[in-house]
Amino acid sequence: MARKFEFSKLFINLLFTVLSLIVILPFLLVIAVSLTDEKALTQNGYQFIPTSFSLDAYRYLLDAPDILLRAYGVTLTVTVIGSLTGLLLTAMTAYVISRQDYRYNRVTTFYVFFTMLFSGGLVPSYILITQYLHLKDSLWALILPILLSPFNIMVMKGFMSKIPHEIIESAKIDGAREFRIFFRIILPLSTPALATLGLLISFTYWNEWFNAMLYIDDPNKVPLQLLLVRTLNSIEFLTTNSEFTGQLGIDLASFPNSSARMAIAVLAGGPMVVIFPFFQRFFVKGLTVGSLKG
Amino acid sequence: MLKNVSLTQQGAHAGAPPGKRRKTWISRELHHFKNNRELFLLSLPGILYKLIFAYIPMIGLIIAFKNYRYDLGIFGSKWVGLDNFRYLFTTDTAWRITRNTVLYNTAYILVGTSAALLLAILMNEIKAKWSKFYQTALFLPHFLSWVLVGYVAYAFLNHSDGFINRTLESFGLEPVSWYQNAAPWPVILILAQLWKVVGFNTLIYFAGIIGINSEYYEAARIDGATKRQMAFKITIPLMAPIIIIMLILSIGNMFRGDFGLHYFIPNNSGFLYGSTDIIDTYVYRALREVGNVSMSAATGFYQSVVGLVLVLSANAIVRKINPDNSLW
Repeated sequence: MARKFEFSKLFINLLFTVLSLIVILPFLLVIAVSLTDEKALTQNGYQFIPTSFSLDAYRYLLDAPDILLRAYGVTLTVTVIGSLTGLLLTAMTAYVISRQDYRYNRVTTFYVFFTMLFSGGLVPSYILITQYLHLKDSLWALILPILLSPFNIMVMKGFMSKIPHEIIESAKIDGAREFRIFFRIILPLSTPALATLGLLISFTYWNEWFNAMLYIDDPNKVPLQLLLVRTLNSIEFLTTNSEFTGQLGIDLASFPNSSARMAIAVLAGGPMVVIFPFFQRFFVKGLTVGSLKG
Repeated sequence: MLKNVSLTQQGAHAGAPPGKRRKTWISRELHHFKNNRELFLLSLPGILYKLIFAYIPMIGLIIAFKNYRYDLGIFGSKWVGLDNFRYLFTTDTAWRITRNTVLYNTAYILVGTSAALLLAILMNEIKAKWSKFYQTALFLPHFLSWVLVGYVAYAFLNHSDGFINRTLESFGLEPVSWYQNAAPWPVILILAQLWKVVGFNTLIYFAGIIGINSEYYEAARIDGATKRQMAFKITIPLMAPIIIIMLILSIGNMFRGDFGLHYFIPNNSGFLYGSTDIIDTYVYRALREVGNVSMSAATGFYQSVVGLVLVLSANAIVRKINPDNSLW
């Protein structure tokens, strides 16, 4: 009996090891390509182990770092402003909904929740942002459309409704008003949920490309992910339309090639991959506490 | 009118003893509002935000019934009735994108849920230290954008240098033009989706399993239950609420495809539209590449309405079977 038990554990571990490899290896391929000499790439194709190691791609990119640095700057700005504002608004709305004694609690819940079920869709939002709010080529077009997600509000509400109501009652007896209760008592007590959602929101902002594709044309305001989109598209376009490139007099050799393209991907995705394992444990906790048992 | 009169009277006789005159609805509500105004103020930014970015665009849906022109604006553009819809449904496009969206989402839900549930149950069987490592590895793609995953896919599928084609060649097989050959894409997309999201879903279910009271398992063990019996008799029934909520949400999103997955993994290649195009990618192209705003809006409208109907029906069905499991 005991032996059979051990065997099944070994099997499960083996299975997970294989799955983990399936997830991780593709990234290693991208990294390997970015580190391979361009000639070797055209000769041998993309391989996991570089046949001839070269840092040329990175040298090429870091030689004129303006575009990359600007993209980092845009993404960082958007991520910081978006996460902080988004988190505060999420917490404020969620707290109010979580208060069972709040008269408009059900109305507000429905008001928020309904936006999860039904939406105007892409076109009305696009027209609102470009024609009425005039946010085209503004960083706000990257921040505002994804500022407040109903799903996050529901997760936060799940957490906050577990805070004992007596705490709020006793604070009220001591003469605290709602704002003070929220900022001095509720927010500090919600730190685990705030950390979890804050991370989720900041990852969302870091990875934002859709609104960038829609609203950003100004080369100075291109965030990291849009830079990736453009690199992928432009090279595809140039290599498949060589007669067009010839007409324009563009020298293909001076354009980022395979390895440089993968190097951009590494530089854009790298920070996430490095940062994420440190925060991963919060997620398990936050998910357990937040959405599920409520 | 009457209410207004009594309201002013109420105001005039503020010092009058209570109960003398029946309070009107408005004055009662005002009174309540005063008591709740601070909480209301706290929720106001969120309410205003949703008003501007979620509710006002709903009004914009009337574009679907108009021939939208940027210079005339939403309200100045000419009404065309159902013309946009008629046009959409007479071409093959509507059928194609609807079929793709629904079939892909069904596949993602079935494959994704069962895989994640299985992995979560298995993960619960092994030591915490190792499961942490696997979680981290499987969870990783969740935090990378589809654009980046598109690069990863490109490294494998690229025609001349891609890993898969070079491997095929080294075995003496013909390379495949992945981005021009529509047939294998359903498989590629399902694998890509699974690869990116299975870790996150596993974690959600795993967190749910951890939350199950261990006494159930101990009692079952004493009664001599096998691992498989425990999984089917304890874990899955107790996980049902989470599974069902996730299912209702995904059924509601049945008409909403994953834009990133279907745009970046096939690299927006026109050869593949037949087997990769979904409503979302079509709406985007109609708006940004073709510039047919009204058509794009009509498609979006169709998508939103059917999505709403789907989630309402899914919830109604679940509520009928077991009210505790429904979303509301």
